[in-house]
Amino acid sequence: MFKKIRIKLILAVGIATIIIITVFSYINIRSESEVLLSEVERHANQLSETVKRSTKYAMLLNRREDIHETVKTIGDQEFIQEIRIFDKEGVNIYSSHASSVGMMVDKKAEACYVCHSANEPLKHLDIADRTRIYRMNPGSPRLMGIINAVYNEKACWEAPCHAHDADKSVLGVLDITVSLEAIDKQISQAKFKRIIFALVTIIAISGILWFFVWHLVEKPVNELVNATKNVADGNLNYIITDLGNDELGMLARSFNNMTNKLSEARQQLFQSDKMASLGKLAAGVAHEINNPLTGILTYSSFLLKRTKDNPEVQEDLAVIVRETKRSREIVKGLLDFARQSIPKKNNVNINELIEKALKVVDNQLSIKQIQVVNNFDSDIPNVIVDANQLVQVFINLVVNAKDAIGDGGGKITISTALIRLNPFGMTQVKNALCPKGHTLMDTAVRVDGMPTIKVRTIIDRNEGYINVDPIYGRHRNNYGIKLEKKKEIEISCSKCGVSLLNKEKKCPDCGAPQYVLEMPGKGQLVGCCRKDCYWQYWEVIEKEGRKEFVQIKVGDTGCGIEKEKMNQIYDPFFTTKGQKGTGLGLAVIWGIINNHEGAISVDSEVGKGTTFTINLPSARSRESAA
Amino acid sequence: MKRKFDILAIDDEEVILASIVKLCSAENLRVDSVLDAKEGLNKLDKNDYRLIICDIMMPEMDGFQFLEFLYKNRIETPVIITTGFSTVENAVKSLARGAIDFLPKPFTVDELLSVVFRGLKYQEIISSQEMIDVDAKKITPQQVAFVSCPANYLCLGYASWAVVEGAGSVKIGVTDLFLKTVATIKKIDFFNLDEEVVQGNTCAFARTEDQMTHQLLAPLTGRIIKKNDKLGRDINIIDKDPYFEGWLYTIIPSDLDYEIDRLTQGVVES
Repeated sequence: MFKKIRIKLILAVGIATIIIITVFSYINIRSESEVLLSEVERHANQLSETVKRSTKYAMLLNRREDIHETVKTIGDQEFIQEIRIFDKEGVNIYSSHASSVGMMVDKKAEACYVCHSANEPLKHLDIADRTRIYRMNPGSPRLMGIINAVYNEKACWEAPCHAHDADKSVLGVLDITVSLEAIDKQISQAKFKRIIFALVTIIAISGILWFFVWHLVEKPVNELVNATKNVADGNLNYIITDLGNDELGMLARSFNNMTNKLSEARQQLFQSDKMASLGKLAAGVAHEINNPLTGILTYSSFLLKRTKDNPEVQEDLAVIVRETKRSREIVKGLLDFARQSIPKKNNVNINELIEKALKVVDNQLSIKQIQVVNNFDSDIPNVIVDANQLVQVFINLVVNAKDAIGDGGGKITISTALIRLNPFGMTQVKNALCPKGHTLMDTAVRVDGMPTIKVRTIIDRNEGYINVDPIYGRHRNNYGIKLEKKKEIEISCSKCGVSLLNKEKKCPDCGAPQYVLEMPGKGQLVGCCRKDCYWQYWEVIEKEGRKEFVQIKVGDTGCGIEKEKMNQIYDPFFTTKGQKGTGLGLAVIWGIINNHEGAISVDSEVGKGTTFTINLPSARSRESAA
Repeated sequence: MKRKFDILAIDDEEVILASIVKLCSAENLRVDSVLDAKEGLNKLDKNDYRLIICDIMMPEMDGFQFLEFLYKNRIETPVIITTGFSTVENAVKSLARGAIDFLPKPFTVDELLSVVFRGLKYQEIISSQEMIDVDAKKITPQQVAFVSCPANYLCLGYASWAVVEGAGSVKIGVTDLFLKTVATIKKIDFFNLDEEVVQGNTCAFARTEDQMTHQLLAPLTGRIIKKNDKLGRDINIIDKDPYFEGWLYTIIPSDLDYEIDRLTQGVVES
C-alpha cells in the first residue's frame, strides 16, 4: 500500500501541509493572544486607575464605608475577579470580596515580589512588570492581576486623619484581578478553527493529489507496466494507446517505437534463420530432385525422338517433356534462391542501378500507364554491391509494384537518400588480435558467412573454443564448449593462450571482468566475459558515430498487402499472382539484401499502396569498417 | 590391351549413368560408366576414352577434384561437367577449371547429344593439333585449348568470346573452334533486346544442318542492347568471320570487373 506513488506523494504533501499550517497557526495564535492580552492589560490598568481616582476623595476623608462600597460595586462586575487595596504592611484593607479583608499578604508572594525582591522596595514599575497571569488552581481559568501603587501626595499627609507621614512615598497598593476566561475561550476557539482548517486543507489537497496522480501518473504508468509485461511475454505487437503529450506520453510513444523496431528486428532475425534453413533445404531438395528429373527428361525426350511416326504417343510424351522442363525451371528458381554465392561486389552508384533496372521494365510500365517518379539524391554516396543482383532486386520490386497497380494506371515513386544508423549491432569486426599480436579471426566457423573471432576458454579443466559473432553488439556466438549460465569465463588467445581478460576493468552492467580484443588501427573492443551479459563497447567505432546507409524506397499506389499476409511475403513460393508468379521474387530479394549486410522492410496499406524500404551500408561506411 | 571407348560417364546416380549409356549407345557411341570418380581414374588408366562426362557432387572425390587431378597428371581427355546443383557459379567454375562444357541436370536427349558430339569433335581437333605442334601443350586450367582469336579477345571455355569496346559495351560471339565442333549452322535463335544474359548460361541457340540445337553460353553477364541482324539475313557470315562480322550481341556488362577474371585470353593468331 505504501509502495504506491499516490500514497507516498499524499503523505509527503500532507506532512508538509501540517508543518506549514502548524507553524503558521502557532505564530498567528501567539500574536493574536498577545494583542488580546495587552488589550486586557491596558483595560485592567485603566480600571485600576479609575478605582484609585474614584476612591481618592473618600480616602482623604477617611470614609472607609464609601471606599468599601465603591470597591465592591466595581468589583462585582463579572469579568473582575477581585479588587484589593493593601496598606504598606501588606494588609488587605479593602476588597471586593469582604471575606479577604484584613488578610495579610506575604511580601514574597507573586504580586509583591517584583517590587519587594530587593531590600529597599522599588517605587516605580512598568505596566508589564506590574502584570501577572496565573491560575488559582490547575483546572481553573487564567487570571490576570495588575498592581497599582498608591503614592503619597501632599493631600494625603495634610489630610485631617493624619494617617500618613509626609516621608513615605508609597502608601499602599491597589490590586485588580480580572478573569481571562473569555479571552482564553476565544484563543482556544481560534486554535480549534485552525486545526479544522488544517484538516480540511490536508483532505482537500490529498483528494486533489489523489485524482491528479491517478489520472496523470498512475493510470499511464500502469498502462506502461502492462505494456512491458506484454512485450516481455513476447507480444511485440502491443501498442500503447495515446497517453497524451506529457513526458509519459513521450515515453509511451518511444516505447511503441521501440517495440516496433524490436518486432522488425525479430522479424528480420527470424526471417534470416528461416531463409538459411530453407535455403539449405531447397538446395538439398533441388539437387536430389534433379537426378530423378534427369531420368524422366532423358528417357521421355529420347522416346519422343524415336516415336516420330506415332503422333498419339508423341502428344503425350510432349506433355511429359514439357512438364519436366517446367519442373526443371522451378528447381532452377529454387537453386537461384538458395545459392549461397559470394556476391560479386563493386563500388557503384545506386541511382544508376535503379535507372538500369527501370530501363528494362520501361515498356511494361508505359503499356500499363504507370508513371515513375524518381526522387534521387544526386549526391548519394556509392555502395559496394553486386550490381547484377541489385538490378534484379529493383526490377523485381518495380514489377511487383506494377502488378500491384494493375490495369488502372498509377504511380511508382522511387527515392534514394542518405541516412545514418547506430553502429551497435551493425559493424563487422574484420580483424581482431590478442595482446601478443596473433590474429583471432577464424574463417572455418562463420556467422552469416562472416569469419568469426575464435577464443579459447577453460572451464573445470576442460578446454574449448568460442567463436564470437563478428558483428559488434550482436551475440550469435558459437559455443564449442558447454557453458554454465551467468558464469564468468576465462578467455584466452586461441593461438598463444595469453589471457584476454582485463580483471581491473569491470563490466558496467554486471561487474564481471572485461575482455579486450585489439582491433588493428581501430583501438580496442571490450566486452563482458559473462555468457549472458551482452555488454560490449568499441570506443573508436562509437566515436565515429552513426553509420551511413543508403536508403532506397520503392513505393506504389497499388492494391497494398493485407496485414495477415505481411509475414508471409518473403516466404519462398508465397505468391498473390496465382499462376503468373513463382513466389520466389521477394524471397530472392530478401536473400540478396541480407547478403549485402542490408535490411529490407515494408509498409503497406490495403487500397493505398505499398512501400519497400531498403537500407544498404554506404561504401564510405564499409571502408571505415575495413 | 586397352579397350577403346568414346565416353566415360561418372556419376553417383545409377539413373543418370543408365540414361547416358542408353542415349549415347543409340547414337552408336561406346559408353563406359562408373559410380565414383576414383574408380573413374582407374578406368582412365586401363582404357582409352575420348570424352568424360562427370558429375560435381559425389562422395569421396568431387568433380572439381577430379578436374584438378586430371590437370596435375596431364591427362588431356576433355571433360564435360554435369550437375544437379546447376548454379551459375558451378558452371563458370567448371569451365575455369578446365572442363570444356557444362551440362546442367536435368537435360534432354538433344541437350546431351549436343554437348557430347561437340565434345567428341573438340577432342578430334585438339588431338590433331597435338600431332602438329607438341610444344603447344602448355595447357593451364585457365587456358583449356588453343582458341585462336584476335588480341584482346577473352574466352569462356573454348566456345564463346567477348571483347570490350570503347563505350563500356561488350561484343560477344562464338569462337572459330566452336564452329568447328558443330555442323554448319542454319539458324541462330537470339534472345530479345533488353533481356539479360548470364555468364555461363545459355544466350542463344544454334540450329545446325544435322538437326541439332546447340546452346551457346554467354561469356559475361549483361543486358542485350544490340543483336547482329546480319546473321538473320546471311548466316554464313558467322562461319566466314566469327570474330568480327559474325558477332552475336552487344551487351552492357553488369559486372565486368568481377567476371572478367574468369575469362581466358585466347591464343593470338600468328
